[in-house]
Amino acid sequence: MLRRIILKTVAAVTIAASTGLAASAQTAGPVNYIIPFGPGGESDISARLQQPFFKDKFGQDMVVSYQPGGGGAVGWASLNGLNGDGQTIMGINLPHIIIKPAQKDVGFKTEDLNAFYMFHYTPDAIVVTADSPYQTLQDLIDDAKANPGQVTMSGSGKASANHLAQIKFDKMAEIKTTYVPFKGTGAAVAALLGNQVKAEWGYTTVGAKQGEAVRLLAVAMDERHPLFPDVPTFKELGFDMVGGAYRGLALPSSASEETTKKWSDIAAEINKDPEFRQKMIDGGFALLDIDAEGMSDFMAERTEEYLKDAREAGLIK
Amino acid sequence: MDLGNFLSALTPLNIVLALLGVAAGTVIGSIPGLTATMAVAVLVPITFSMEPASALILLGAIYTGAIYGGAYAAILLNTPGTPSAIATTFDGYPMAKRGDGDLAVAIACFASVFGGLIGALALLFLAPPLSQVALAFGPIEYFWLSVFGLSLIASLSKGNLLKGLAGGAFGMILSTVGVAEISADIRLTFGSQTLIAGFGVVGALIGLYCIPVLIDLVAVPDRHLKMENDVRSVRIREAAQITLKSKFNLLRSSVIGTLVGILPGAGGSVAGLVAYSEAKRNAREDQKFGEGEADGIIATESSNNATVGGGFIPTLVLGIPGTPPDAVILGALLVQGVRTGPTLFQSGGSIVYTFIYGLLIATILMLPVGLLIGRYAYKSIVAIPKAILVPAVGFMTIIGTFAIRNSISDVIIMICLGVFGWIVGRFGFAASPIVLGLILGPIAEQGFVQSWTIGAATNNLAGVFFGRPISQAIVAFTLLTLLYPAFSTWKQRRKTAKAGAN
Repeated sequence: MLRRIILKTVAAVTIAASTGLAASAQTAGPVNYIIPFGPGGESDISARLQQPFFKDKFGQDMVVSYQPGGGGAVGWASLNGLNGDGQTIMGINLPHIIIKPAQKDVGFKTEDLNAFYMFHYTPDAIVVTADSPYQTLQDLIDDAKANPGQVTMSGSGKASANHLAQIKFDKMAEIKTTYVPFKGTGAAVAALLGNQVKAEWGYTTVGAKQGEAVRLLAVAMDERHPLFPDVPTFKELGFDMVGGAYRGLALPSSASEETTKKWSDIAAEINKDPEFRQKMIDGGFALLDIDAEGMSDFMAERTEEYLKDAREAGLIK
Repeated sequence: MDLGNFLSALTPLNIVLALLGVAAGTVIGSIPGLTATMAVAVLVPITFSMEPASALILLGAIYTGAIYGGAYAAILLNTPGTPSAIATTFDGYPMAKRGDGDLAVAIACFASVFGGLIGALALLFLAPPLSQVALAFGPIEYFWLSVFGLSLIASLSKGNLLKGLAGGAFGMILSTVGVAEISADIRLTFGSQTLIAGFGVVGALIGLYCIPVLIDLVAVPDRHLKMENDVRSVRIREAAQITLKSKFNLLRSSVIGTLVGILPGAGGSVAGLVAYSEAKRNAREDQKFGEGEADGIIATESSNNATVGGGFIPTLVLGIPGTPPDAVILGALLVQGVRTGPTLFQSGGSIVYTFIYGLLIATILMLPVGLLIGRYAYKSIVAIPKAILVPAVGFMTIIGTFAIRNSISDVIIMICLGVFGWIVGRFGFAASPIVLGLILGPIAEQGFVQSWTIGAATNNLAGVFFGRPISQAIVAFTLLTLLYPAFSTWKQRRKTAKAGAN
């Protein structure tokens, strides 16, 4: 019986995974899309948003699976051992893939990853609760100046986008705040809503998800986010901060140039879809189009900036 | 919350989906390594082409079925099918050993259904106010909660506290291996790539619980479980009587499960352990927890199924997933265009209510489905010859461990831990304290680091650690759990001394 159960389950899983195997358009069979994190985070949600559009446009299923561990390192270290036939892709995240290998040997190097598209970023934002005394960014700065170190700010992880943003902003505004790292954005937001901390270093996506429960003080974008027309950018307030956590896609390094080009086009095509764009914007994301060709310039520029920030902050030697 | 939503949950399609979901979930949950998160994640794309409410009902049914299914392997093989079923092994396996496996499986089913209903009802009627529990729990409360969980080691390691504590400490050290969750440091890997992902809980569970059982199965000539020769009538009625007799235990454990489920940092394993510990502390004198006491199963199984409804509370009200499967479902909801948050409940949110009714229906359907599958599972595990059982289960442990994240490192770690567990088991070190340390270590560590950071920043360390009412209550419960055994022995001794004096 037990064996029968196993067999049945295996069969069920296989069927579930291969439904819609029939037609083969751009790719041969369902595509395995590995997220090197657990479910529910920004990487997962943006992948889930891509999923139906991929199926619509290319007739194939996109199976999202999770391979968490080591803050993404486990997945990225395994990527180049996978088949490069274009049936397996993996999500990649900045600054993670730049900072982690620079800190220690984590089994992969930044340049080992065959990144072919960056499709969005979640702009950094300072989030406070709706009933917070901080009405504006200046209120927070004033409090931090009057009480150095006493303004506690939650964020996701250390040496992460949130943490780098906190370090950078503290320096620009000449203030000292205390960064409290949490496991993922969800936990960091829970700490904010529960008044365990005074503010959160999060993303525009937090504002989209929490709606009226929170207030964004500023966002790190060139222009205001369409979802938050009343929230100023850091730039408007005199702080040259644009950026956040960037997310993209990578293939195993054994993938041919042709496959890489094909995938770069697929990602671009999904990103062009007006309905997809709207869904991403509603979710608080900011779209980005860095294709395979522009990737090396983009990566070089980001690497230089991240490493400089991290070095100054003492996160890497 | 009107009749219309209830009726739209009651469509034939939704009922079929709930039935299929519960059955599939039960089977998946019973296989160590195949978790509820995985099952739900694989099925999310299928739900894109469905009505949002139907999709949610299917996912919720799989989830609740999987949490119950975890009890089978716990009872019949001493291996928790899901981390939520850890405490089910404590009494479930001893019951199966003495030939009461069928009874244990049926009791687990009744308790799971009851707990599931309490959790779902709390979700239906009390979600917005209860979601505040998730916010009231700050880092320090998580720290004390994990200390409370660790105090369970004292009562788990009968007569050998030192070995239990050593096991717990070892588990906590194991939990620090690899890339640290929040500080991103890489610790104790000794340069090895195999260890960089650390010791995963599910892999460790399989290794520490299942491998020793397999080795023992091969090492001793007896049958796996005691087989009754006489054909017995189904023991459903007996199970129902036993379960219902423990009304208070059922209710207490379900409430604990619901509340712990609401906490995003805890989950089914912690709920089961806390409920077990409370049931044990409130035991009558004739009850022997750890030796096949039905109340142990009732406590664990009702509380872990209550976490399903409880976990949906912060997921739907705050947009903060209570458990990993909730996180997957939250993603599916977002794709469907459903925005979570307080307004979801206030503005009628008919989809939410249809879903909650669907979850209730699925939970009720779990009773017949669970009893039926449970009976077959029991019969086949008992009847199957060892020559087939051992290789089949051995194969399963490897596949299951690999499937967690397609990592061969996890398999190596699982087997090494298993052999290690068997060896130290010969010297009286049990698996459970190690697993407790492994699960609770990171919660304790994160809570401590965050509390310390906040306390140091605001120059209020003592206030942060000891000044908050919820944490004070948890500390009090911890002390009670730790001191109670000593107190009762002392009382016992005084009684006999008095009797002797007379």
